[in-house]
Amino acid sequence: MTKTTIPVHLDINGRDHDLQLEPRVTLLDALRDRLGLTGTKKGCDHGQCGACTVHIDGERVLACLTLAAQVEGRTVTTIEGLAREGEMHPVQAAFLEQDAFQCGYCTPGQIMSAVACIREGHAGSDEEIREYMAGNLCRCGAYPHIVAAVRQAALEAAS
Amino acid sequence: MTLELSLNQQPAHARQGSSIGQPLTRRDGFLKVTGAARYAADNHPPGMLYAVLAVSSIARGRVAALDVEAAKAHKGVVEVMTPKNRPALAADPDAKDHPFMFRLDLLQNDQVRYPNQSIAVVIAETLEAATEGAALLSPRYEVMPARVGLDGAESIVPRAVGVGGPAVQHKGDVEAGLKSAKTRIEATYETPAQYHNAMEPHAIVVAWEGDTLSIDTPSQGLAMAQGRIAGLFGIAPENIHIRSPFLGGGFGSKGMISGPQVLGILAARLVGRPVKLVLRREQMYGPVGHRAPTRQTLRMGMDGEGRLTALDHHAKTASSTFDDFFEPAADASHTLYASPAIATSHDAVRLDTGTPLFMRAPGEATGSIALESAIDEAAYACGMDPLEFRLRNYAEVEPMTGKPFSSKALRECYRQAAETFGWASRPIQPRLMRDADGFLTGWGMGTATFPAIMFQAEARAVLRADGSGVMETGAQDMGQGAWTAFAQIAADGLGLDIDQVDFRAGSSDLPNAGIAGGSGHTATAGMAIHNAGAAVIARLADLATGDEGSPLYGAGNEGVLARGGRLYRRDDESRGESYAEILTRAGLTEIEGHGKGAPDPASQEAYAKHAHGAVFAEVKVDPDFGQIRVTRLVGAFAAGRVINPRLVRSQYYGGMIWGVSFALHEEAITDRRSGRIQNANLAEYHVPVNADVPSIEALLVHEDDPHVNALGIKGVGEIGITGTAGAVANAVWHATGVRPRRFPVRIEDLLG
Repeated sequence: MTKTTIPVHLDINGRDHDLQLEPRVTLLDALRDRLGLTGTKKGCDHGQCGACTVHIDGERVLACLTLAAQVEGRTVTTIEGLAREGEMHPVQAAFLEQDAFQCGYCTPGQIMSAVACIREGHAGSDEEIREYMAGNLCRCGAYPHIVAAVRQAALEAAS
Repeated sequence: MTLELSLNQQPAHARQGSSIGQPLTRRDGFLKVTGAARYAADNHPPGMLYAVLAVSSIARGRVAALDVEAAKAHKGVVEVMTPKNRPALAADPDAKDHPFMFRLDLLQNDQVRYPNQSIAVVIAETLEAATEGAALLSPRYEVMPARVGLDGAESIVPRAVGVGGPAVQHKGDVEAGLKSAKTRIEATYETPAQYHNAMEPHAIVVAWEGDTLSIDTPSQGLAMAQGRIAGLFGIAPENIHIRSPFLGGGFGSKGMISGPQVLGILAARLVGRPVKLVLRREQMYGPVGHRAPTRQTLRMGMDGEGRLTALDHHAKTASSTFDDFFEPAADASHTLYASPAIATSHDAVRLDTGTPLFMRAPGEATGSIALESAIDEAAYACGMDPLEFRLRNYAEVEPMTGKPFSSKALRECYRQAAETFGWASRPIQPRLMRDADGFLTGWGMGTATFPAIMFQAEARAVLRADGSGVMETGAQDMGQGAWTAFAQIAADGLGLDIDQVDFRAGSSDLPNAGIAGGSGHTATAGMAIHNAGAAVIARLADLATGDEGSPLYGAGNEGVLARGGRLYRRDDESRGESYAEILTRAGLTEIEGHGKGAPDPASQEAYAKHAHGAVFAEVKVDPDFGQIRVTRLVGAFAAGRVINPRLVRSQYYGGMIWGVSFALHEEAITDRRSGRIQNANLAEYHVPVNADVPSIEALLVHEDDPHVNALGIKGVGEIGITGTAGAVANAVWHATGVRPRRFPVRIEDLLG
């Protein structure tokens, strides 16, 4: 019910943003509505689907359950920040090659989770990948190909 | 028109392509993995406001009061739209001109006829203010008792089920067949209400410019949406431009423009500014369709050899109190198993729910899980292996109509899937297999089938003097891969490399591509593309063969081949020239051709057209706790020509996972007292997560079909659910000896 705004400084994909936001604004809505970073998707707004997964200081976090003001002074990476100079991140390339998506709506969240899953060391087996990717829903049912993509990217990262 | 005629008169002009059948990666894939693909809600025109729905928390009654003043007093709220100030419409949203026109709730009055019905729209400068404004409306209601459940109202026999099909059909004498049978079974199965739950909520971004409309919204049928909006607002369809380049899933729920999407258009008109309206997840459990619950009773009689003597399939279902969509579940028994007598029938109740709608394999999925369970019971009653029983009752012609199949490689599907799965070592008796950890292990199977449907579509092809081509059709990609598969068909249709073709789709200002539904989009729009390509090539060939300066001069009677951007003499391939040379010499910058896709009435009459498949499932059940895990799934499918095996495999996987979900996960639970859905969210309405999904194999069985269409395409989007759901249920029985009779299977049902 607040009627005032506060200054929020955000570091997103290596760029600084200074915003005036109501404290109730979530990170997800700040990204999508204030900054035009619409790659991060809203599927449920309740932390139940994983479509809004981003990285905060390198860890996967649900942007819909995070207030923008909470990430002041921390580093945020979104799907738009993954590719380097037009070159797809290896996880993005693996998703494309393995057809690890259909409609594509959950895909940014899946990929952000996958990057973290591999970094966490939780991509050691298909079973482990399934378990550690279980927070990201895919209604199209691309799961077998998502596992294949994470496996491929994990092997590339290890070699 | 004339181009099509000239094409038909000149069959000698052939095109040879190499794109169809290639496992290309998705052409929209880079956009999707980088977050650059722009879905409807990602649009943000200048000056845009946010609209948020307020929805009913009762199932039946009327809105007695809304605190509009409180909402308007909230900082940032611009306007509140209620029945009192909603802009006028040119048509009654409760009018119904044809079965595909569904009644909409557009604030036409204060009545509430289902939970989560729109009762107001709050429009604000920010999403946060609109959301808070909607909460501040604090509606008060006059509540009437809700009619809930399949026994909650008086039963009726619908005038039609599904899309205009008869509710009651029969051939032969079922009662006599049952009476003469050596073995009989009768079983009743219940399936729950299910909600599509596409990951992308229904969303609309809309701007009025005078009497023209600019709209971004996900749509499985752009031209139908355009027509519906035009009718409601009394404006010309061509003044409405809808863009839908990507749908974040549809599954049927985006087949028709829904009430909330139209409310977004009304909100924009009311405030005179662009508006974005996005449904919240819980608001998708009402106004955007669902799969209705069913209770199905099957009776079967078998002779001493295990041959069916009679098959009776009755389904009870539900629609809303105010509109008609009746899940045609019993019709699943029309096409799969040979029987001298078959009867199918439906009855229904009208409940205080949103109107049901097509949901991925409507009727086929619900009917299949009951039919395949009953077939499994019948096989066991006859002491037969379920595969042997199915082969014993294999339909050589379509059982209900007696028509020959246009093609049917089901035997090969059974053979390949059974062999890959290792079915031969399965014991007939249940509860005999355990794994190393002591888990009860069961193997089950099901037959998959889905009709090969075509609608109507158009496409426009262009060849340009620089040698490149354009193909346009307003096709919709909801994840099935339209951007890629249609570009492949376009490339071959134009005789060009795929990178030489600019394929345009997903917009209502392109030729009408029909609807992305019924697993018929690839066949329908694909044939329009194919024919448009043929038309423009025929025109190009006319130019060349009539031009003395061309090496193709005079080849008209012999015909020419189009390949790799060149035309060749059919009788002498050393003589040819490029498209660019032909057009440049003719002084043309481009030429165009048009094509249509539609079912052929003669072959519709002569043949039964269906895709088929076989699915085998392994489940493991904890003997103490009853927890069920699907551990293996093998499916084999024959669905005519495969345009892109990489994408088709994804479609089969997706369908099979929906089958697992149908058997074990999905269910909307309605509170019997209030009529509200208790689990209207993605935590409590269970859809499979990655860890629920086992090792899956989908085998693509070769099938040539000369009758469905010139390209031989059936459809792959829905068949995977059918067969799979029953296979999982049957595997649960085989593991435990307990026959699932209601879905999803519950642990308590297994523990007795």
